[in-house]
Order: sequence, then structure tokens, then C-alpha cells
Amino acid sequence: MTGAVELNPARIARMRELLTAEFSPLQLDIVDESHKHAGHAGARDGRGHFRVRILAAAFAGLSPVKRHQRVYAALGAMMQTDIHALALETRTPDET
Amino acid sequence: MNTEERIKKIVDDNPIVLFMKGTPQFPMCGFSSRTVQALKSCGAQFASVNVLEDPDIRANLPRYSNWPTFPQLFINGELIGGCDITLELQESGELARMAKEAQKAA
Repeated sequence: MTGAVELNPARIARMRELLTAEFSPLQLDIVDESHKHAGHAGARDGRGHFRVRILAAAFAGLSPVKRHQRVYAALGAMMQTDIHALALETRTPDET
Repeated sequence: MNTEERIKKIVDDNPIVLFMKGTPQFPMCGFSSRTVQALKSCGAQFASVNVLEDPDIRANLPRYSNWPTFPQLFINGELIGGCDITLELQESGELARMAKEAQKAA
């Protein structure tokens, strides 16, 4: 497990870049929650656990499942290489 | 039957099915565990598939469902979402309604 956590600031920067390009969010918070999962089976592969809150007009008219699929698609290969789990909160300006 | 056909059969045969890590009795991941609790709390009868014991489904379901992580909840053959969405639906009371509908139709 050691070594992986140090990668997380770079991972967050990359996630921020990809999500900003895709959604032009009004608000975007990415929190590293890997420490909460250290030692459990899913953390052993060295990928991170993150919480992402996105406020973006782009989600309007989409069901929760479609919103999350859009986020996963925007992150692309990172879901395989860097991210073990993503807690997602996706809202539109009307839903605040 | 290839894996995709097997997945299709599972989601068609079971009105509510959870693809998870571990079993409802012994979940092996916090997200799977919370999703099981949400389903149980609204009295849903659900089938489950332990993807840790079925590497083919674990490898192929993300492509089938366009969803990269586990758990994954399906109701009436349709992907509902993972842990976050299931918990949101539980809080709003929607999950109980959907579960009741699905069981009635079955």
C-alpha cells in the first residue's frame, strides 16, 4: 500500500482537469478518502478512493445513473488505473 | 452461453439483483455492505452475485452496464446505479417503491 497515497495529489489534479474540460462545473470538490479504506481488500491494489462533488448545468435532464456514467466516461482509463472507488454527488444549479 | 449472455439472463431472471463483492451475509467491501443494508431496510427481496467468485462477470459486467465499479444494482433488467444512487433512492423512499413494483410484477 505504501507509495500509492503519494500519487493521490497528482491523481486529483488530473481528475480536476478531465472533469473541468467535460462539464465546465460551477463547483468541483475532490476529496481523497483513501485513508478511510486503508488495509481493506479493495485498497490493496494501490488505487485511490475519492469523493467528488460536481455542480454543473450539464447534468440537467439526466437521471442519476446517466450523470454518474458521464462522470465515469470523462475519467476514462483513470477508473482502471488510478481510481478504485468514487463517491459521487452530481447536482445542477437548480438543485442546490 | 458466453458471459454477456449469462449476465443478461441473470438480470432478466431476477427482478432485483445486486452484483457485489462478497455476499449479503458477508459483504467484502463497505460500499457493497451499505447497498445491501439499504435494500434490506426497505424489505426488498433480491438476488445477489458475488463478483469476487465470478471473475468473468467481474471483468465483463462493467462493459455491459457502462459502469466501472461494484456494487451494481439492477431492477427489472435496468442498471439503477451503485452505492451512492441506491442510498439516495432509499432516503427519498423511491427505492422501497421500486422494489415493491418489481416484486409485484415478478
